[in-house]
Amino acid sequence: MDILTKIKEAGLVGRGGASFPTWRKWAMVKDALGEKKYVVCNASEGEPGVKKDKYILENYPEQVIDGIQRAMEFLLAERAFIYLNPDYFKELKPKLEKFIGNAKYIELFKKPHGSGYIGGEETGCINTIEGERTEPRLRPPFPTTNGLWGYPTLINNVETFYNVSIVVAGKYKKNRFYTIDGDCLWEGVYELPENYTIERILKETRNYPDFSFFVQAGGAASGEILNSDGLKKPASGVGSIRIYSLEKHNPKDLILNWLNFFQRQSCGQCTTCREGTYRLVEEIKKNKLDWELINDLLANLEDSSFCALGYSAPIAVSSFLKNALPLISKNRIV
Amino acid sequence: MPKKIKIKINNKEIICEQGDNIYKVAKKNGIYIPGLCSHPDFPAKGNCRICLVEIKGFKNLATSCTIKAEDGLEIKTDTERVKKARNLNIELIFAEHIEKCATCIWRVKCPLLELADRYKIVISRFKDRKGNRKTYKFANAVELDGTQCIDCRNCIDACSKIQKINYLELKGKGISQEIVPVKDKNTDCIYCGQCAVHCPVGSAQEQADWDKVERILLDKKKIKVALFAPSIRVSIGEEFGFEPGKVMTEQIVPSLKALGFNYVFDVNFGADATTMVEAEELLKRVKNKKNLPMLTSCCPAWVKYVEFYHPELIPNLTTARSPQIHSGGIVKTYWAEMMKIRPQNIIIVSIMPCTAKKFESARKELKINGLFPVDYVLTVRELAWMIKKNRINFGKLKPAAVDNPFGKHSGAALIYGASGGVMESALRSARHLACRGKKICPVKIDFKEVRGLEGVKETTVSINNIKLRLAVVNCIGNIGPIIEKIKNYDYIEVMACPGGCIGGGGQPMPTTGEIRKKRMEALYKADKGFKMRGAHENENVLEVLKWLKKKPELEHKVLHTKYVNRK
Repeated sequence: MDILTKIKEAGLVGRGGASFPTWRKWAMVKDALGEKKYVVCNASEGEPGVKKDKYILENYPEQVIDGIQRAMEFLLAERAFIYLNPDYFKELKPKLEKFIGNAKYIELFKKPHGSGYIGGEETGCINTIEGERTEPRLRPPFPTTNGLWGYPTLINNVETFYNVSIVVAGKYKKNRFYTIDGDCLWEGVYELPENYTIERILKETRNYPDFSFFVQAGGAASGEILNSDGLKKPASGVGSIRIYSLEKHNPKDLILNWLNFFQRQSCGQCTTCREGTYRLVEEIKKNKLDWELINDLLANLEDSSFCALGYSAPIAVSSFLKNALPLISKNRIV
Repeated sequence: MPKKIKIKINNKEIICEQGDNIYKVAKKNGIYIPGLCSHPDFPAKGNCRICLVEIKGFKNLATSCTIKAEDGLEIKTDTERVKKARNLNIELIFAEHIEKCATCIWRVKCPLLELADRYKIVISRFKDRKGNRKTYKFANAVELDGTQCIDCRNCIDACSKIQKINYLELKGKGISQEIVPVKDKNTDCIYCGQCAVHCPVGSAQEQADWDKVERILLDKKKIKVALFAPSIRVSIGEEFGFEPGKVMTEQIVPSLKALGFNYVFDVNFGADATTMVEAEELLKRVKNKKNLPMLTSCCPAWVKYVEFYHPELIPNLTTARSPQIHSGGIVKTYWAEMMKIRPQNIIIVSIMPCTAKKFESARKELKINGLFPVDYVLTVRELAWMIKKNRINFGKLKPAAVDNPFGKHSGAALIYGASGGVMESALRSARHLACRGKKICPVKIDFKEVRGLEGVKETTVSINNIKLRLAVVNCIGNIGPIIEKIKNYDYIEVMACPGGCIGGGGQPMPTTGEIRKKRMEALYKADKGFKMRGAHENENVLEVLKWLKKKPELEHKVLHTKYVNRK
């Protein structure tokens, strides 16, 4: 059985957040015409509260590099980059270099400080490696056909390459890595079945709160806010769960934190996100809130942004307003 | 041939070419979609988020400028959802732009005001956020006013993608992003104004002189003379609803008179003088094999480019002054004497398709007896604004011809406005000069090899058995390869703007490939219709040159110039 079929049968999907079927992405790059092909292992991990890529690189570097090499063999790619969050680069360089050994065609690339959240988005990552401004590109064309320097490029998350390696080794058990943090006792990265519900994950890790709470699933910036009634579904996206005590947090501070994050991370390319996130922060800071305008700005981000950063900017706030705020006495926000 | 396909826009079936963007297809079919950042000179960026449409099967709204037509696409341009997002984005953009409408020459055709008005958008919900932004001034020619910028980045595209000067860059990100001149000592602005002619909101623009001109026009003691460049007669009509390429000479003259100018002259007269000086110099250099290739110098942005980027080529630039400066100089000397007017009392305002002409007019080495040949330079946009502001009915005025003796000019002068025109004019007259006294000399008037909108045009022509290797560079972005093999040529014309002056940085907006083509065709058509095709046939010019010849010191001052190493 060839590697593509193995990946397909294992049902691997992207672990960078978008959950795109891995075999399809591989097939697209394979079918794309190009004198050269590139592979990028995305270890940007810019989403706050997610630590699993680092955990995998620390504990399973051999498998990750094996996964990259298998992709390169499959695609006949000439070079690969491990695109590292700058903090990880510093810490993990010696270890990764040891495992790369003589495979000099695999290069470590340090994501520049300040390239931020959008530096992890596929096309933002390509721009950064090429030395361009860290900003998303128009899609299409997609990196699968027009990636690094215009050549077909496979970009997968660290966890995906790890998965490929263990699929090939016949050891894949349909698990995934979850990062759990926030108001809980046992913060950390856990490997558990991918079909577990959030509730079950929290219980199995002994993190299920005995106080009033809500969680943010799928990243502490772009993840959705769920109350205890909404935990009967799997943790989507990057597989992270942050727990918030209802009592402990000021709603306005939370909203401001999320919005400030996106305003700071906005690359500035499109009106919707550059201006929208800024105006939202300004509006929320006011004493008397104009909910109609705030809701319009949130909806606009979701509907007319240039890239995924813009689309995901309103998720936390909108779902917080829907799922958590009703549990908190309204007069705490106005 | 691209494949023809069917799409639906607002339930209307449309047949279009596969791969054309929806914005373009809609426009072609008379369906209005607003937009600010898109310009046919650049690949679509999709950053203003105004041209939003709803497409069946798409989760989010899409920007029509970035979506390519595919068979079966169903598009809606004006649903409630589209309106809501588009109007909010217009409002957000408006809050970036500090309105300076009172003195803005854009007021009469401002796309922001148009959009706000069309969609009845409240523009006061957000506080202006760019009040503290800087204005960067580039010599006296162009400025970048950060308080008006809407972050569309067209100026950067113009400077980098078209001109390859790379003088502008983005600093910072998100709301702190700002377009600034680069700090690199080896890069400098050439004042071409392509940033200005591609800026949708007047953030990049000419440094305005219309207000000073307005004041001087009130001065009864001065004789106010207007000069206008070859190319503006085929473009200014666009500001008043006429088709690009419509020749408006006889409307320009009465408009200028209505504004208060005493005399209106045609720079074409100066262009004929330039041609004679340049043709003579070319033959001389070829004969002596000195300072070859000779480089044209009518384009002040190109001159600045040589002075800054390639000062080693300064000796190759023709010493002939430009048509603007020749015209001004002749008016302040020959004409002043003829009219018995003190040159100090003459104020010359030239109307140019160009922002770099402002820089040229202020070059100190051009002074003649202490006076600048040209006192103020207005772009076509500035003149159009003055005409509109003063409610002059351009297009419906009683036609009037240019004042004598500078009304007569050759067809060769007209084509100065198009890339290749200066060279063709010089060749026509050089051929004439080289054949002087010969009985048999092949006649050649049209040098079609140097015309057109290609980036580089190369050819070899023979003039009285002198072989000349020629190159015409259309747009400074195409100069690179020619500089590398410069020794292979005898004569090179360079125009910094795409298409030459008809695509200049001071031209009406929009200036697009299609419009440049129409303006260019109009000039060649007009040239063809002239009986007098060469500068050497212009008796009035010959008369002036003869008059100058008798005063060698003045002759040199009026006709020739020198250059400055600016590296």
